[in-house]
Amino acid sequence: MAAMTREETEALIQEVLEVYPEKAKKDRAKHLAVNDQSLEKANKCITSNRKSLPGVMTIRGCAYAGSKGVVWGPIKDMIHISHGPVGCGQYSRAGRRNYYVGTTGVNTFGTMNFTSDFTEKDIVFGGDKKLAKCIDEIETLFPLNKGISIQSECPIGLIGDDIEAVSKVKAKEHEKTIVPVRCEGFRGVSQSLGHHIANDAIRDWVLDKRDGDDSWQTTPYDVAVIGDYNIGGDAWASRTLLEEMGLRVVAQWSGDGTIAEIEKTPKVKLNLIHCYRSMNYIARHMEEKYSIPWIEYNFFGPTKIAESLRRIAEHFDDTIKEGAERVIARYKAEYDAVIAKYKPRLEGKKVMLYIGGLRPRHVIGAYEDLGMEVVGTGYEFAHNDDYDRTIKEMGNATLLYDDVTGYEFEEFVKKVQPDLVGSGIKEKYIFQKMGVPFRQMHSWDYSGPYHGYDGFAIFARDMDMTINNPCWKSFQAPWKKTAASEPVKAVA
Amino acid sequence: MPSVMLRKREDGKLLFYVAKKDLEETIESLEFDSPDKWGGEVVLGDGSKYYFEPMDTPPNIPITLQAKRL
Repeated sequence: MAAMTREETEALIQEVLEVYPEKAKKDRAKHLAVNDQSLEKANKCITSNRKSLPGVMTIRGCAYAGSKGVVWGPIKDMIHISHGPVGCGQYSRAGRRNYYVGTTGVNTFGTMNFTSDFTEKDIVFGGDKKLAKCIDEIETLFPLNKGISIQSECPIGLIGDDIEAVSKVKAKEHEKTIVPVRCEGFRGVSQSLGHHIANDAIRDWVLDKRDGDDSWQTTPYDVAVIGDYNIGGDAWASRTLLEEMGLRVVAQWSGDGTIAEIEKTPKVKLNLIHCYRSMNYIARHMEEKYSIPWIEYNFFGPTKIAESLRRIAEHFDDTIKEGAERVIARYKAEYDAVIAKYKPRLEGKKVMLYIGGLRPRHVIGAYEDLGMEVVGTGYEFAHNDDYDRTIKEMGNATLLYDDVTGYEFEEFVKKVQPDLVGSGIKEKYIFQKMGVPFRQMHSWDYSGPYHGYDGFAIFARDMDMTINNPCWKSFQAPWKKTAASEPVKAVA
Repeated sequence: MPSVMLRKREDGKLLFYVAKKDLEETIESLEFDSPDKWGGEVVLGDGSKYYFEPMDTPPNIPITLQAKRL
């Protein structure tokens, strides 16, 4: 199917909206749009960060997911207590593949689940005593932890427990950083507020710990990588590039990160933001309080990497600028070979994305490097400013969908007929059963890293492996096959 | 009275950011913008107007200030 025109896309949106009752239709219509690159501001065409409609299948998460799962969880040398009933912690345990180095259970705790395991008794009589006991037990069993964060689950806010008071008492007693995070799941409309709350908790309880302490040696090339969660090793693939161009990466927020790195971040010269949505708050705070400038960068696909490396280098002197060029030149042969190998197999393929808060726009460049086209994209929990940035990245008359419902997404895919869908685990099997090749783009489908030049090679291989997988030709029973449905000849 | 975070964009324009409202806009005009007086009415890129209490010296940007919605 050729690229759709503006009218066709608009008609498609209308057609999909048709089944809703009047009120729901009016509301959902605001969240679906046809991209128009000439627009300066996204709020002219799309509404985002609003409460999902009751009764539709939203794909969003909760504030606890945003705080414990995304921002705090990957900090490896802290223990994150899922304070409340056992389920939230157990079902989110180690699912995000934030890789780290360390000995789990001794000095790192990333894949473990700590919970205060609320029961009816705790709801009725309050859980503060249990939390205090929990912290004491942690100190006995895991003395090498560098701090504890208390991630509230819904009941904590509902019964009004005073986790701040417990934290203060215990922090004094154990002489450790203990951070209460008020990220009850019911807060806000999606995980996005959880990110914000988590950022504020870092700001209030951790970030100023080393203010006025200059014992740590700084260099003019100190940077912090912010908003890279090291999924499948992403942050490592990014970090090597930055270090190779001569920068010193002081902190990784928060994939493979430690609390010491976070405390040192206010001393860096530049903050590099990868996931803008989840960590821009802390970058803005550091800009204001410590006058550290920040820039967004994008390490998906060689075009964007080169662009980002040069933009980062502009903030430094000539040695770094030369360093950036050197890095780009050094990997050129490597990524050219990747493109030469996979582009012929992937050229012209259409992709639809529906991911969290950053990748729907960040990975577009990587697909385009492979000659593929993104024909529809959407965010679970983006805000207006994300769509402002997306409009320029996407082609004209492509589909934009915010907080898409299960039904809408399915219908869009049926009509647009993309060659690949990139979304999350909940969508994966629906589309695979429909016979559409699918990549899980939250955790890279258990692959990765996808960041950096090394990651691009893996990205290209994975996309090829998915789209050109012979299984997609076996959807029809052999005796039902007609001459028309004969499989196309393998290209390779 | 939203608290507004002001920062300079790379091209030198002032950005007006209200986290709670999810609003990030450029400042198109500022009533008083001289070394001895700063503030007053601001007009944003989307046409909305806000008011900063005038100050005797321009603030060090980035900064968080209280603004009144007009």
